[in-house]
Amino acid sequence: MTTTATATIRVRLFARYAELVGRAEAAVSVSLPATVDDVVRRLRDEFPGARELPERPLAAVNLRQVKLDARVKDGDEVALLPPIAGG
Amino acid sequence: MSAPERGGTCVFLGSVRNGPEEQGVTAIEYSAYEEMVEAEFGRLLADARGRWPDARIAVRHRLGRIPVGEASIAIVAAAPHRAEAFEACRFVIEEVKRRIPVWKKELRVDGTETWVDPSGHPTPHPLTHD
Repeated sequence: MTTTATATIRVRLFARYAELVGRAEAAVSVSLPATVDDVVRRLRDEFPGARELPERPLAAVNLRQVKLDARVKDGDEVALLPPIAGG
Repeated sequence: MSAPERGGTCVFLGSVRNGPEEQGVTAIEYSAYEEMVEAEFGRLLADARGRWPDARIAVRHRLGRIPVGEASIAIVAAAPHRAEAFEACRFVIEEVKRRIPVWKKELRVDGTETWVDPSGHPTPHPLTHD
C-alpha cells in the first residue's frame, strides 16, 4: 500500500490578483512533491477567477521571491504577486 | 543619519503625480504584502550596507490613500562623500521599484480607478492584462 503525502499551502493574493480571484487568501492541498506551479494550478482548479491570473505570475514562498519550479512543503505560505509598482 | 564623518546626505522623496500621462489622478491607493515588505527591506538594506559600508540609509514607504503632491516614499542616504550618498540613494529607490511588494491604484477625478503596471502605464482593462 502506498500513501501520498499532501501539503496544505496558504495562498495569499494581492492587489489586482485578489480582485480577480475574489479573495485575498486561500488554503489549497497539493500532493507532494509539489512546486509553486502546482499550487497555482490547484488554485485555478478551485477558483474560477484564478484562471484569469497570468500563466507565470511572480511568486514568493515564505516572504522570499522564488521561481515557479521551487518546491513547497506543508505549511508554506505562497504569495502571488502582481507586477511590483511601489515607490 | 548625519555624523561628522558623513559629509554627504542625499534625500529622495517620491510623490504622487498628476501629469499629462496620468489624466486626472487625484490620489493613489497603495497596498502591500506587508510582512514581505519588512523582510525584503531588511535584505535590500543589507545589500546596500554591503556596497556602501560607511553609509547610513533610511527608507520609509507609506501605504493607503495618498493625495497628489504628497510623498509616498522617502529615502535618506548619508555617506562620507557625495558620490556614495547619491549612488546609495539611487540604488535603494531602483531596488524598491524592483523588489518591494507594493502596488498602486490610481484614483481619478472622474471616479475611475486603475492598477498601475511596472512600466508606469495604466493597465488598459482589468481582465486583459497579463
